Amino acid sequence: MSQASGAPEAAAAPKLRVRGLAFGYPGLPLQHDVSFDVKSGSIFAIMGASGSGKSTLLKALAGLLLPSAGSIIFGGEDCCAMDAVRREAIGRRFGVLFQGGALWSSMTAAENVALPLQMFTDLDAAAIDALVQLKLSLVGLDTGRASMPSDLSGGMRQRVGLARALSLDPEILFLDEPSAGLDPISSRRFDDLVQELRDGFGVTIIMVSHELPSLLGICDDGVFLDAETKTAIAHGSPRVLRETCTQPTVHAFMNRERPPGDLDAP
Amino acid sequence: MAEPLTGRGWSARVDRGAAMLSLIQDWTIGDSGLELGVAATLFDRPDIRSLRFDTRELGRWDSSLLIFLAAMRRESKLRNVEFDQTGLPLAARQLLALLPEQPPAPVAASPRLPVVERLGAWVIGRSTELMAFTTLIGETVLRTTAALRGRARMRLVDLFERMQEAGIDALPMVALVNVLVGGIVAFVGAVQLRRFGAGIYIANLIGVAEVREMAPLMTAIVMSGRTGSAYAAELATMQGSEEIDALRAFGIPIVDYLVLPRVSALTTMMPALSLYAAALGICGGFSVAVAMMNIAPAAFVAQMRSAVGLGEIFFGLAKATAFGAWIATSSCRIGLNAGRSATDVGQAATTGAVSGIVGVIALDAVFDVCANALGL
Repeated sequence: MSQASGAPEAAAAPKLRVRGLAFGYPGLPLQHDVSFDVKSGSIFAIMGASGSGKSTLLKALAGLLLPSAGSIIFGGEDCCAMDAVRREAIGRRFGVLFQGGALWSSMTAAENVALPLQMFTDLDAAAIDALVQLKLSLVGLDTGRASMPSDLSGGMRQRVGLARALSLDPEILFLDEPSAGLDPISSRRFDDLVQELRDGFGVTIIMVSHELPSLLGICDDGVFLDAETKTAIAHGSPRVLRETCTQPTVHAFMNRERPPGDLDAP
Repeated sequence: MAEPLTGRGWSARVDRGAAMLSLIQDWTIGDSGLELGVAATLFDRPDIRSLRFDTRELGRWDSSLLIFLAAMRRESKLRNVEFDQTGLPLAARQLLALLPEQPPAPVAASPRLPVVERLGAWVIGRSTELMAFTTLIGETVLRTTAALRGRARMRLVDLFERMQEAGIDALPMVALVNVLVGGIVAFVGAVQLRRFGAGIYIANLIGVAEVREMAPLMTAIVMSGRTGSAYAAELATMQGSEEIDALRAFGIPIVDYLVLPRVSALTTMMPALSLYAAALGICGGFSVAVAMMNIAPAAFVAQMRSAVGLGEIFFGLAKATAFGAWIATSSCRIGLNAGRSATDVGQAATTGAVSGIVGVIALDAVFDVCANALGL
């Protein structure tokens, strides 16, 4: 998540380039031929109906699941073609916030954030403590640092999860349904926080979300996955897709309408 | 103008109370670590009235710069020094705005209570737990009576599934353990009895030990580790995923739906398993006796029949029933009382197995003392 001083070329080049990606689970192909570019410093949305493979795509991009075909180019290297050791090393340049935070239940909030720093840096305990305090303060968690995850509210767990995802100063931050289960005010605060962290650190953010206000409010670009055709059927900013996309499924999704042909439609 | 102060990645020049801090090169954790002591070095100068930044030569930066800036801002405020952040990169100013000016107070360690208070709290905790466990036993007994009259909400399909898990599925492990234990008892007995020329009494030893003692006990230990821990872990997982809350929300009685099938299944299966275990244990002992002590098979059987009466068999079955009820009830209580995290599930599984085994051995001792007193 390092800020590159005076590097306009880097800003113009895509941070992540996905070409012809196919992925799924054994006996359950979810998507094929998915291609898109993620611009550096952008907030990129992965959209689609439930079961379309959004979270699976996020896992594939984060290196947690190997696609069956295609390429994911990051830093000039194809993450799908490299060996497991190299993929792990690349993975440390990513941060992932899972649904519900996925905090390690046997550790306090602060210990959750500290563990990656203890594992992958040579920093001493004082420096790690300072970094943990910084990350938790950045996500607005001034209380509950010594609490166990089970004692935190859903919103606080998400914030700790975000602080943990930021712990190693990632270049790309993956967010899986970050505001799911949060009340509208907390959800809005979380969106603002994501935007502030992007603006501050210049980190590229790729997020899966169903929340239209989040998608329309903070995302600059995106891809729409279709569960029926099992491929990407629209690309672009959620705001633009909402206004201009005539593809029936995308239009219905972005405008919260029933799709044409829906048997229950009035 | 004084000599400039310098450090790794920074230099400062103070002119008539105005400090200009120049940040140079890269400020990343990987490259330079954290500069935690700069504030103390710089503010050692008492004449500083304001602090400004020059970042024209600043390279790449990450969280390490933010920690440094937050510390400088904090120290400036403490010493009434004007902190002018206009020279900082916009992104750094935005992130700095997210940070509180004062770090949160360190979490106070919970005060250590005196020994008497801790002992009192422990006693109260154990008493509460004992009361809850007794309540569960009472509820289970009452609901079992209701179930026998067809008035419980227990699903028969659940009961049969549990009976299969606690019965047929456990046969191989119970068989293996008891054949081996039967053989071990025979080995130990053979060595001792041969000294007195009383080899034939190995049949008495194996028969009585297996039927009355070893088969119920070893089967209960196996079932504690296998089924008791599974019950505790299963219910703890349901607790964590709010499945038990969902049952309560619908008004489905937890005891009827979750506890009764498990307790009924294990309580009814344990005597059957114990009988099966005793038969296999005797087979194990018989094999060793015939092979090692050259005892005629017919003589072994005749001797054993004279030693093992119906009373011994019923005593063993009564023990097995009590062991089954204890393992199932205590495991269910532990599972229902578990916390909601993954660690709690593991803890519940361990506690379920341990409490089952310890309880079974204690119960066995009680049975034997009572039997001795009653001359059984």
